[in-house]
Amino acid sequence: MGSSISLLGMECRGCAQELPAEIRPRISARDFSVYYGSIAAVKRVAFDMPDGLITAIIGPSGCGKSTFLRSINRMNDLIPRCSVSGSLTFDGHEIYGPDIDVIALRQRIGMVFQKPNPFPKSIFDNVAYGPRLQGVRDRSKLAEIVERSLARAALWDEVKDRLHDNALGLSGGQQQRLCIARSLAVEPDVLLMDEPTSALDPRATAKIEELMLELRGTYTIVIVTHNMQQAARVSDLTAFLYEGELIEFDRTGTLFSRPKCKKTEDYITGRFG
Amino acid sequence: MRIETRKLLDKSFSGAGWISVFLMVAALAIILLPIAWRGAGAFVFRATVEHRRMMLELFGVGDPAEVSAETAAAAEARRPIYDMLARFRAELSAMPVADRRRMAGRLAQLENALRDLLGPLPGDPIPVLPRQRYGQTRWDRALKKLETVLFRETWDYSDPTRMGRKVMVPRAEDFKGTSLEPFFADVKMRVADMLRPKLAFYWRFLTDESRDSHFFGGIWPEMLGTIYLTIGAAMFAVPMGIISAVYLTEYAGDDRLTGALRTFIGALAGVPSIVFGLFGLAFFINTMKVSQSKSVLAGSLTLALLILPTIIRASEEAIRAVPAAYKEAALSLGAGKGRTIITVVLPAAMPGILTGIIISMGRAAGETAPIIFTAAVSVGDPLSLLETLSQPTPALPWNVYNMCTEHQKLDELRHVQFGMVLVLVMVVLALNVAAIWLRARISRKLKG
Ligand SMILES: Nc1ncnc2c1ncn2[C@@H]1O[C@H](COP(=O)(O)OP(=O)(O)OP(=O)(O)O)[C@@H](O)[C@H]1O
Ligand SMILES: [Mg+2]
Repeated sequence: MGSSISLLGMECRGCAQELPAEIRPRISARDFSVYYGSIAAVKRVAFDMPDGLITAIIGPSGCGKSTFLRSINRMNDLIPRCSVSGSLTFDGHEIYGPDIDVIALRQRIGMVFQKPNPFPKSIFDNVAYGPRLQGVRDRSKLAEIVERSLARAALWDEVKDRLHDNALGLSGGQQQRLCIARSLAVEPDVLLMDEPTSALDPRATAKIEELMLELRGTYTIVIVTHNMQQAARVSDLTAFLYEGELIEFDRTGTLFSRPKCKKTEDYITGRFG
Repeated sequence: MRIETRKLLDKSFSGAGWISVFLMVAALAIILLPIAWRGAGAFVFRATVEHRRMMLELFGVGDPAEVSAETAAAAEARRPIYDMLARFRAELSAMPVADRRRMAGRLAQLENALRDLLGPLPGDPIPVLPRQRYGQTRWDRALKKLETVLFRETWDYSDPTRMGRKVMVPRAEDFKGTSLEPFFADVKMRVADMLRPKLAFYWRFLTDESRDSHFFGGIWPEMLGTIYLTIGAAMFAVPMGIISAVYLTEYAGDDRLTGALRTFIGALAGVPSIVFGLFGLAFFINTMKVSQSKSVLAGSLTLALLILPTIIRASEEAIRAVPAAYKEAALSLGAGKGRTIITVVLPAAMPGILTGIIISMGRAAGETAPIIFTAAVSVGDPLSLLETLSQPTPALPWNVYNMCTEHQKLDELRHVQFGMVLVLVMVVLALNVAAIWLRARISRKLKG
C-alpha cells in the first residue's frame, strides 16, 4: 500500500496537490463505478479517504454521492440490479472481493443515515444491539459499552436517567446522536454519514458537527453533505462529484478557496446544484 | 368548485357516514341484545328447590343440611296434593266401570304432568334418567309445566272448512264432581311453596359438565373443546403463517412462481369452509391417519388451514409496513438477513401480526363446518390434553347447531342453547377486543 494519498481527480487537469506523506489512506477508490442496471450512477472515480480524517463528498442532487457512500459498506447489495466495477479497497482489501465477509466489513464500517432511524426499542437496547449481535451477553459489560458509546456520542448526560425509555421518545437531534452511539458501540474503524444533519435544526446540527470533530482522529469519517458550510467547517478533504464523475478532490480549504475547476467554482458559489 | 357546493358535499358525506355508522350499531344491537338477554337466562334465573337438590346430588355443590331442610319443607307443602291424589285413587276403584276407565286415563295424564312439574310421585320407582328424577329446576319452566297440569291441550276440528284449532281445556272440568275438583286451585296456590323459587347466579354454567345431555349442568365440555380447537389451530397456523409471510416478503423474488403462490393463498381464503371440512376428513383422517376417526388434532389441523391465509396476509402486510430504515440500520450494524428479521423486522411487525392472529382465532372459535367431519361430537366428556390427539370433542358452534337440529327436548333447553350462543359470541367478541387493545398497546410502545 502506498503511504501517500493520491488525488486522482485527473479529469480536471492540475487539480492534484500533494498531501503530507504521513497520512495513510484507509479507503481507496480506483477507477470505481457503480451501475443501476446498465446506467452508471458513479463513473470511474478515484480518490483516497485517509485514516483519522474527515472526508466530505459534495455535489448536486442525484450525482451519486449516496450511491458511492453506500457501496463502501456494501449496503447497495440490497438493491437488485446494482453492480460495481473497478477497485474499492478498505485497508488494502478489495471490498467487492470474492472472499470478503460482508458482515465483518459492516462491523468495521458503520453508517449513519440521513433520517435518524433508531429501532423502536429502549435507548439501552438500541446501543446494545451491535454488541449483542457479536455475542456480548454479560449485562455489566453491555452496560459499560452502552455508557462509553453514549458518552462518545455526547448523549450520555442527557439520557443516563432514561436508558430504558423508548428511543423514539427522543428529539430528532438526540435520535441522530443515538444512531451515532449505536454505530460506535460496534467499535468500527470507519463511520459513513449520509447527510446526517439534513433532518435536524441548526442547534442539533451544531452538536453533531462538534461531535464529528471530537471523533476525528479516532475514526475515519466520510460524510455526504449538501451543506457547503458544513463541509467547510468539519472536513479535512472534500470530493466534488458531478453526474457520477469526480470533478475535484482536494484539501477542503484549498477546494473552497481556490477551486481549480470551473464546475467546482460554479457549484460552491451556488451557481447551480 | 364553488365553496358552497364543496361545503354541501362535505356535509352530505359526513351525514352519510353517520347514518351508516348508526345503522351498523342498530343492526348490532338488534342482533346482540336478544342474544345477551336470553343467554343471560342460563346464568341468572329463579331456581327451584329441585335445582338445589340436583346440584347437591349430581355436582356436590351446596350445603347438604340446608338442602335437606328445604326439601323437607317442600315435601310438607306437597303432601296435601299427593294425599288428594291418593284419596281420588281410592274413590276411583268404587266407580262404575265405564267412568273408571275414562277417569283412570285422565288421571294417568295428570300424574305425568305432575311428575314433569314436581318430580317422581310418592311410591314411584327411582327413574333411570336424571331428568326424570327431579322436578323443574327453573321457575320459568315450572310455570310452563304448571299450565300442563292445569290444562289439557286438545284440538278442535268442529269446523271442517278450517284448520284444527288448539283448545286448552281446564282439567278441573275433566274431574268435575269428583274429590279432585278443588285439586287444581290448590296446586296453583301451593306451587311456589312446593318449588320454592329463589334467584340464582349459576356462574358454574361455564365450568360444569353437562348431565343427561344438557338437561342439567353447564357447557364445560363445549367450552374446553372450543378452547382446544382454537389454540390448536393457532399452534399450527401461526408458525406456518409467519414463516410463509417472511418468505414471501423477504426471500421470494418477484417472479411468476411467487405471483402464483400469492394467488393461491388468496384463493385459499375464499374457499367455503365446508370444503375445508371435507378436505380435513379426506386428507388428515383418511389419508394421513393422524387419528383413527374424528379428533381434536384433526379438527385443529383443518381449522389451521382455514385461518392460514388470513394470518399470512396480515403478517405479510405488517412486515411490509416495517420501515426500510430499520432494516438498513440493522444491516449496517453487521446483522445478517435472518438476524435482522428476527431482531428488528418481526418485533416491529408484531402489532399487525398479533392482530391477524387473534382475529383468525376468533374465526376458528366460531367455525362450524370445518369441524363437523373432523372433530365434533354432540355429547362428550371434557378431554385431557393427551386425549385431544385421538378423541373428538363437543364444541360451542357445533353444539348450538346440533342442539336445535337433533335434540328431542330442545323446547326444554332453550336456555342452554342461548347460553351457548351468548358464550360463543362473547368469546369471539373478547378475542376481537383483545386484538384491538393489544394492537393499540404495542404500537403505543413502539412509538415511545
Ligand atoms: N435504487 C436505485 N435504482 C436505480 N437508480 C437509482 C437507485 N438509487 C439511485 N439511483 C439513481 O442513481 C443516481 C444517483 O443517486 P444517489 O442517490 O446516489 O444521488 P445523491 O447524490 O445521493 O443525491 P441526493 O443528494 O439527492 O441524495 C440518481 O440518478 C438516481 O436516480
Ligand atoms: Mg443521497
